[in-house]
Amino acid sequence: MRYLTDRKRAEGFGSSRGGTDHHWRMIVSSILLVPLIPLFIFLAGSLIGGSYESVAECLSSPLAAIALGLSLTVIILHLMEEANEAIEDYVHGTAGKLSLIAVKAISYTLIVAGLFALAKLAL
Amino acid sequence: MGDVNRGHRPLSPHLMIYRPQLTSMSSIMVRITGIASLVAAPLFIWWLIAAATSSASFDVINGLLSSWFGALILAGVSWALWFHMLGRLRHVIWDLGYGWSLKTSETMGWGMFIGATVLTLLTIIIL
Repeated sequence: MRYLTDRKRAEGFGSSRGGTDHHWRMIVSSILLVPLIPLFIFLAGSLIGGSYESVAECLSSPLAAIALGLSLTVIILHLMEEANEAIEDYVHGTAGKLSLIAVKAISYTLIVAGLFALAKLAL
Repeated sequence: MGDVNRGHRPLSPHLMIYRPQLTSMSSIMVRITGIASLVAAPLFIWWLIAAATSSASFDVINGLLSSWFGALILAGVSWALWFHMLGRLRHVIWDLGYGWSLKTSETMGWGMFIGATVLTLLTIIIL
């Protein structure tokens, strides 16, 4: 008779480690992308190519600033998870760990820089 | 289990020996478009920071994005974002328990490629 239960043998392996949490977060942000990617494409797309003054004027509106800040934050966080998933699959050991940290550091820097610029334009 | 030949069985998934299929190609493109969009993100943040800094710094990035090369990048990024959105939507549909038949999966794969292209053309026409 074995005293080791099935649960004990499975713990720490496969999705019992942390895969379900990551999977759920990807599903949530995937749903969020459906309204936010069209919003971002049409808002950013209509601004890019415009003059310095017209961009500053549009982004001084709270609605535009919030919409752009929200969409860029959620989209970059999603893309960060996407890139980290690829790293977990293909890059292993120390290189993998350092790549995961680098992608997180770059992504958070992009988000904070973007939000800072939006705040400066809006206020 | 004694007759099982352990250690010499083909490994799966093994990308090099898999025949390219619509389902695998549309799936790997979700990952590629996701990473490509992240790589392109600094361009947009640069543009945003420049817009908040000065007219002179804005002109540099605005000139770059307004060139034919910039337009090509913008069109590529919008295709990537549209494709990624549709691809992740397919994951959500699968996760809810629908669309698991091969036929539906392949239809959704075509829908992602055609949908992203149509949406990108619409984006270019509208903007």
